[in-house]
Amino acid sequence: MSEKFLQLKNVEVVYTSGGDIVHAVNGVSFDLEKGETLGLVGETGAGKTTIARAILRILPNPPAIFKGGEIILDGQNLVELSENEMLKIRGDKIAMIFQDPMTALNPLMTIGDQILEVLMLHNSYSKEEGHKRVVEILEMVGIPGERYVEYPHQFSGGMKQRVVIAMALACDPELLLADEPTTALDVTIQAQVLEMINDLKKKLNTSMILITHDLGVVAQTCDNVAVIYAGQIVEYAEKVELFDHPQHPYTLGLFGSLPEMNEGAERLKPIDGMPPDPTNLPKGCPFNPRCPHATEKCFGTIPYQETAPGHFTRCVMDFKQEGEKK
Amino acid sequence: MSKKEFSGAPLIEVSHLKKYFNVPAGVNHAVDDISFTIHKGETVGVVGESGCGKSTLGRTIIRLLEATDGTVLLNGKDITHVKGKELKEVREQVQIVFQDPYSSLNARMNINSTIMEPLKRSGRYKGKKELAEKANELMDLVGIDERLRNAYPHELDGGRRQRVGIARALALEPHFIVCDEPVSALDVSIQAQVLNLLMDLQDQMGMAYMFVTHDLSVVRHISDNICVMYLGQLVEKCSTEELFANNLHPYTKALLSAIPTTDVHHPMQRIQLKGEITSPINPKPGCRFASRCPYATAACSEPQELTEVSKNHFVSCCRVAEIN
Repeated sequence: MSEKFLQLKNVEVVYTSGGDIVHAVNGVSFDLEKGETLGLVGETGAGKTTIARAILRILPNPPAIFKGGEIILDGQNLVELSENEMLKIRGDKIAMIFQDPMTALNPLMTIGDQILEVLMLHNSYSKEEGHKRVVEILEMVGIPGERYVEYPHQFSGGMKQRVVIAMALACDPELLLADEPTTALDVTIQAQVLEMINDLKKKLNTSMILITHDLGVVAQTCDNVAVIYAGQIVEYAEKVELFDHPQHPYTLGLFGSLPEMNEGAERLKPIDGMPPDPTNLPKGCPFNPRCPHATEKCFGTIPYQETAPGHFTRCVMDFKQEGEKK
Repeated sequence: MSKKEFSGAPLIEVSHLKKYFNVPAGVNHAVDDISFTIHKGETVGVVGESGCGKSTLGRTIIRLLEATDGTVLLNGKDITHVKGKELKEVREQVQIVFQDPYSSLNARMNINSTIMEPLKRSGRYKGKKELAEKANELMDLVGIDERLRNAYPHELDGGRRQRVGIARALALEPHFIVCDEPVSALDVSIQAQVLNLLMDLQDQMGMAYMFVTHDLSVVRHISDNICVMYLGQLVEKCSTEELFANNLHPYTKALLSAIPTTDVHHPMQRIQLKGEITSPINPKPGCRFASRCPYATAACSEPQELTEVSKNHFVSCCRVAEIN
C-alpha cells in the first residue's frame, strides 16, 4: 500500500441552474492507494456524489461543467481521455455502486443478462463461458445461481443491492466507487452487505471510495476519511486519528450531532444554522456563518494545514497550540 | 435520557390490537396481537426493520387505519370504533408527525395556512386576529423564521419542513403524538436540531410520544421505554436502559449488533443472521423469527407468548432462559 493509484488534483465542478452557478466541487485533491478505502463524509449537497461522478466522467453536461483539475489513475489523466477510451475504463477498471438499487437495475431484463451485458462489453467470452462466470459472480455475492433468470421485481431491496454490487464487481475493477451503498437498506441487511464488500475488497485488493453520511459505516469500513463541506475537503485523516482527534469545527459539530457518540447527554449539540447556498458561498471559509469560533481571519484565505502527520485541516486555528494547551 | 417513573392510569392503552390487510397473495398480518401502554409525558420507541408493521401500528392506534381486532383506550375511553363528533374530539387529542416532510405538506398551501387549518377546523379560535396570534405562537415555538411564514413548502429545506409538520401536529395541544420516523429523511446536524426540539416541547407541554424509527441510536436517545417489533409482533418490551444493557430476545441481540458503531477501537462483533425477512402474509403459527434464529428448535413452531421475565421486561421467546 504505497504507490499512488488515484490522484485528484484541484478538481472543480460547477452546475448551471437558471442564471445561477452552483459551486458543487471547489478544488478537491486527494490520493488513494491500492487496496485503500477512503470515506467521503458530508451532508446532502456537500458534493460527495459529484466527486465520484467526476472521476467516472458521467456528470451530465449540461448542467454540469468540469471546470478544471486532474484525475490521474495509474499515471493516466482521465480528464484528457476521449469518450471511447472512457467507455473501456468504465465498468472494467472503475465501477460504481449506485445509491438506489431500485432504480439502478433495468426492470425488463433478467438480472443474469444485466450482469452478462457488462461482462461481454469488456471481455471476449463465449456464451457458455459468460453464463458460467455470471453464475460464479452471483454466488460470490450470496445469490443462488438459479436466480439468473429472475427479474429485479422478484428480489428484495437487500438482494437487489447485491445484484448491483455483483454487476460492479463483474470485471474485477481496480477502483470501486460506492455511493451510499447501504443507505436504502435495513440495519441487519446493511451489516451483511458491508461485510460482503469488505471481504471482496480484501480478496481482490480493490481500492474503494465510499460515500456516506453515516459515521458508523465509516468507522467500520474505511482506512482514511475526508470530511466534505460545501465542495471542499475540510479535514482529512486516518480513521482512528480522525475519530480520536477531530479538529475542524464542522467535524466536531457532526460528532456532536450523533446521539450515539453522546451517550447520557440530555441534549445533542447540533450545528447551528443550515448548509450554505452553493450558488452564493460565503467569503473565505464556507463554514464561517455556522462556526462558533469564527473570527475576521476566517474571511481571508484559509490554509490547509498538516496538524499531525497525515492529518490535514482547512482552518485558520492553530491546532498545535490547542493540543499543547490540553 | 434521565430515568423517569411512570405510574397511574395510562394515557394510551393498546390491547390485542390487530390490523390485517387483504392482498392478492393472502392476508398480510401487519399488526398481530400487540398490547402496550403509554403514560403522560412518556416516550415509547418502536423499532424494527422496514415492513415489520411499526408505521401501521402507529396509524391504527390514532385511527388513520381501522383496527381488524383489539382495542385502543385513550384516557380509559375506548376509541377503537368511535364515530362522528366523538371521533373529531379524538383527533384533537392524538396527532402524527409523518416521515416524509416533502409529501406530507400541501404544496399549494403556504406555511401559515397549513398551520392555521387545524386551528380553524377546531372552531376554538374566533376571528382572524386570534387565529393569526395562535399560528404565530406555534411557529415561534418550533423555530420557523418570520420571513418564511408566507413561503410555500418547496421553498423550505427538509429540516424546516419537518418543523412545519411538528407545528401542525401541536396546533390543538394534543396529549399524544405518533412520530413516524420524523428525522430519518434529515441530515445528522439537522436531525439533532429536530430531536432537541421534540424533547424540549415534551418538557414544556407534557405530551406522550410514540416514536417509530429504525435508527436505534435515535431511539436510545429519546425513548423511556422501547418495543422491538418483528413481522407484526412485539418480541421484546422494556426500559431503554434495560434494552441496551440486558437484551434477551435473539432478534434484539442481532439487531443491536448490526448497528455500525462509531467506536473505531472495537470493531463490531456481529451476530450472523441467515437469510432475509420472511413474509408476513399468511404466517405460520409459532415464532416468526425462527427461520433466521440461530437458536431455533422444534419448540419454536408453537405460538409464543410475550411474558414478563423480570420487572417490566417482557420477552416473547420460549428459549429465553436457556440462551441467556
